[in-house]
Amino acid sequence: MKAKGWKDLPPGSVVLEGGSAAKFKTGSWRAFRPIWKEENCIQCLFCWIYCPDMAVKVKDGKRGEFDYDYCKGCGICALECPGKKGQKAIEMAEEGK
Amino acid sequence: MAKVVAVTGNEACANALRQVNPDVCGIYPITPQTDMMQRFASYIADGKVDTESILVESEHSSMSACIGAAAAGGRVVTATSSQGLALMWEMLHIASGDRLPIIMPVVNRALSAPLNIHGDHSDAMGARDTGWIQIWSENGQEAYDNTIQAFRIGEHMDIRLPVMVCLDGFIISHSIERMEYLEDQEVKDFVGPFRNFLPLLDLDNPKSYGPLILTDLYHEYKRAQHEVMTKVKDVVLAVAKDFEKLSGRKYGIFETYRLEDADIAVVILNSAAGTTKDVIDEFRDKGIRAGLLKPRLFRPFPFEEVAEALKHVKAVCVMDRADSFGSYGPLFMEVASALYPLERKPLIINKIYGLGGRDYLPSHAAQVLTELHEIAKSGKVNVLKEYIGVRE
Repeated sequence: MKAKGWKDLPPGSVVLEGGSAAKFKTGSWRAFRPIWKEENCIQCLFCWIYCPDMAVKVKDGKRGEFDYDYCKGCGICALECPGKKGQKAIEMAEEGK
Repeated sequence: MAKVVAVTGNEACANALRQVNPDVCGIYPITPQTDMMQRFASYIADGKVDTESILVESEHSSMSACIGAAAAGGRVVTATSSQGLALMWEMLHIASGDRLPIIMPVVNRALSAPLNIHGDHSDAMGARDTGWIQIWSENGQEAYDNTIQAFRIGEHMDIRLPVMVCLDGFIISHSIERMEYLEDQEVKDFVGPFRNFLPLLDLDNPKSYGPLILTDLYHEYKRAQHEVMTKVKDVVLAVAKDFEKLSGRKYGIFETYRLEDADIAVVILNSAAGTTKDVIDEFRDKGIRAGLLKPRLFRPFPFEEVAEALKHVKAVCVMDRADSFGSYGPLFMEVASALYPLERKPLIINKIYGLGGRDYLPSHAAQVLTELHEIAKSGKVNVLKEYIGVRE
């Protein structure tokens, strides 16, 4: 696709559509990677609620895998995760290790 | 029918805003503007306007509230001075970059330190690169007329930019002058209903303001912003023409006074132009052909027209009521740049006058005109930049 020239731009850098954040994959910003341990998950969906992006996938009311295309590795899900019997269902691991 | 009144500059601007009846007004007090927003707040309290007032805790918040309201889709106004304008600084760029036609009278006042509440142009000159249109006013009548015209200019569908209407603190804001008000209905018809452009509250068409744009498109957006400024001049002139039909008062992108056959000329902004015109008359009576150019549209600056108006003059003094320390006065820089492409250029000098409300006296204008007369005769400039009316 040809890059836009200055005459093609909407005035005021206004984004003229909703939900366009999906077009920008931000997973490469991540320094720490959340790991989901299904055996400790109680399906409370706190991670889905607290995720500031849309990196926790839920299907039929059940928690699914992380969407690493959008997860920036902020760690909020791991912090909020109550886990099971003191064992967290989400742990953060350094990328590249 | 025009109504003749005796009012202050602040009162006149507040009345212009009342007649326009904007949707939203960000309000925060600062001398010498306070009186304008206080009067407008009374109109709101008394039900004379339908405006939603947002009382904020700083000018930074005031401009932020105005940006939000304008992006939502409202006709938005505020007013400020000096430190207040300085505190708005980062938000001023966002208002213009987002192309939001916020209208803001700026009652010009000196900047701290030392603390000073009186009239000079340091505040608006500090905001000259923020992407706002700037229109300057010599007296209360011009401030009133410019405030009304600013809505048509900023809200024009080809422009959509915020506008500052500048008037001198105290000298104009607090002095009572005779002036003419238009009828409320005339102003409403002249300004017209607010036309929306990409409003956030159009819920069927969701959109976002203020995205992150890096090396991919930022340069292109700034090029587009430059382009829209090139269209402002024609809109200002077209609006002025309509305004003349309504009011009988003629406006251009600048005013010239006895300049057509002048040998020497003064370029000066706002209230000091009036004093200078009187002294020019005295010099004319002595047989010295003096003239004046008073810019009205300072941003965008009409370089070609200013050069055309001054090209026949032998010597020009550009007078600044603000300084760019370590450089020339800001108005001088514009006029010098305007004259540079001319093959035969007038000689040019820069005087800094009236900082912090120091009186600009007829004797100062006479001193400058006498020096210009000498320069025109000798062809020699002794001092390029100099403070006048300053104690040694």
